[in-house]
Amino acid sequence: MMKNKKWKTIFTAALLFVGLYSAHAADPIKIGSFLTVTGPASFLGDPELKTLQIYVDSINANGGINGRPIELIYYDTGGKAQDAVGFVKRLIKNDHIDLIVGGTTSGDTLAVIPEVEKEGIPLISLASAVDIVEPVKKWVFKVAHSDRMAAAKIFEDLRKRRLTKVALITGDGGFDKSGREQLLKLAPQYGITIVADESYGNKDTDMTAQLTKIRASDAQAIINFGFGQAPAIVTKNIKQLAIKLPVYQSHGVASKTFIDLAGEAAEGVRLPAAALVIADQLPNGDPQKPVLMAYKKQYEAKYGPVSTFGGHAYDGLFIAVDAVKRAGGSDKAKVRDQIEKTKGFIGTAGVFNMSPDDHMGLNLDAFKMVEIRNGSWNIIE
Amino acid sequence: MLEQIVQFLVTGITVGSTYALVGLGFALIYNASDVVNFAQGEFVMLGAMIAIALLSAGWPLPLAAVAATLLTVLAGLLLERFAVEPTLGAPVVSTIIITIGAAIFLRGIALLLWGKGFHSMSPFSGDAPLHLGGATLLPQSLWVLGLTVLLVGLVHLFFNRTLLGKALLACSFNRAAAQLVGINVRVMLRLAYGLSAGLGALAGILIAPITFSSYDAGIMLGLKGFSAAIVGGIGNPMGAVAGGLLLGILESLSAGLISSGYKDAIAFLFVLLVLFFQPTGLFGHKITERV
Repeated sequence: MMKNKKWKTIFTAALLFVGLYSAHAADPIKIGSFLTVTGPASFLGDPELKTLQIYVDSINANGGINGRPIELIYYDTGGKAQDAVGFVKRLIKNDHIDLIVGGTTSGDTLAVIPEVEKEGIPLISLASAVDIVEPVKKWVFKVAHSDRMAAAKIFEDLRKRRLTKVALITGDGGFDKSGREQLLKLAPQYGITIVADESYGNKDTDMTAQLTKIRASDAQAIINFGFGQAPAIVTKNIKQLAIKLPVYQSHGVASKTFIDLAGEAAEGVRLPAAALVIADQLPNGDPQKPVLMAYKKQYEAKYGPVSTFGGHAYDGLFIAVDAVKRAGGSDKAKVRDQIEKTKGFIGTAGVFNMSPDDHMGLNLDAFKMVEIRNGSWNIIE
Repeated sequence: MLEQIVQFLVTGITVGSTYALVGLGFALIYNASDVVNFAQGEFVMLGAMIAIALLSAGWPLPLAAVAATLLTVLAGLLLERFAVEPTLGAPVVSTIIITIGAAIFLRGIALLLWGKGFHSMSPFSGDAPLHLGGATLLPQSLWVLGLTVLLVGLVHLFFNRTLLGKALLACSFNRAAAQLVGINVRVMLRLAYGLSAGLGALAGILIAPITFSSYDAGIMLGLKGFSAAIVGGIGNPMGAVAGGLLLGILESLSAGLISSGYKDAIAFLFVLLVLFFQPTGLFGHKITERV
């Protein structure tokens, strides 16, 4: 032990001597994060953290931002909003972070908004709820697609197919409920009537009773909003009941798992998906393609297949990095102003154009309508 | 309308028979030891997950199913030997708490082995729906129904026609007296845990193609199976089966005719009402304690 300490001292002295160890030049930019790395929403937070770590390391290896390295300080909330508030206070008061990239779930993010607004810390959330940026909060931004965009995208496609009578079937989770609300709210704008509105428990193993009711209605299409195994069961049950209506799912099932689970029943299902899912199918001229392929390559070299959630972390981090670069430092007010001025930033979720009235900056083009054919995604547009 | 009701009934019977199979496992262990084994749902999950893992390793279905059942039986025996048996003589409540711990432990192992994702299993004989009047059902549902009837019959025979089954029952009525007439209580306990683990595993394998499986699939199935067992009168295997079917049909009828949002609430309300007016369950025998 003693010996160890002695060597450490000698080593530090040597470093100082050659001038590598300088406290001033490398004052780090501290990015704080609070993510749901464990718990029920870990499939969101886990790829987000991995993405942040991969890119913080690679930015630092390339000399950091304007010569300053990034220091990533993160806490795992386990999906508990009350813990999120505690961690964000700690990030601000003890760790003295310059800005925050994070908040995996909408619940976590909404809980900490009063704190960051009070303290004046720029926050880029990775969660989806529209409420995070509507009404606009001075210090709060978000980079994930909203459920309202998914609803609008589905209705646009229905309108193209001249279908006006729709049956909804949704689960009892937060994502499902919020999606259902947006669908109900937007339907009149697209001239769509909701003729059936059924629900199920996300742990249920059979939805044929609800679908039998839908079969008896005069619906022309079925929309199922949810994630996990339930939408796959719904899709299988639809086939089992020999219902021939077009089926729409949400972006919540835009992963290979859904196709694997639902199997043949998934054929013909349409859903709005982020471009990341179908990156290799994008035409070569697409401005997003190089960004998506690069992210995919970098992430998959180290971990498994990419998910859109990890992509949100990529977008959040680089919007922050760009803003710090343009602000010429980590002054919080200047960084905030620069985040708001983000224009034409090509991320994994789409092209971001933020403004004082729009703290998300994505438009409907960020979603691609895809159809499942022969067990894979096909863009239909 | 009639067509719809037939469909609701078909759905209810399919779902109900999965509850019945899980409930049967509860009844077995309760019969042997007065203990409610809250790891029963985890046996169901283990059976399904092991079978899926073996199938994806290229094993043929019958072999994978047998191996998964045997491995789950082994898990049941280990649970009995190392968690339940050392506490023999402790109050029943302690043992119940131990089974809750065991359930969490098994879930943790499954999480480590197979991750958090959902796993699917292809149906035994295709997934082209069969038409039955105006209703449709999957061939897999017939497998579930058929094997449930078979297993229930076997369990019934076991308890009523074999010496071993009667010895098992004797242990639950009076452990000391059973020991006095030469029944080895420890062996009986192991038998009960092994059997109900096996039953659970079979149930899991049968329903996996319909419901998928994941490391935490046992929680909800265990809860529903437990409800089935207490509605039917815990300790009565036939009661558990009737309770399961009743719950399944009730759920699907209330989802179809009343509101899908309240179907679980209606089912659990029914359980509460049964317990309130008939505390020993619909088919349970009256308990008389002599002082």
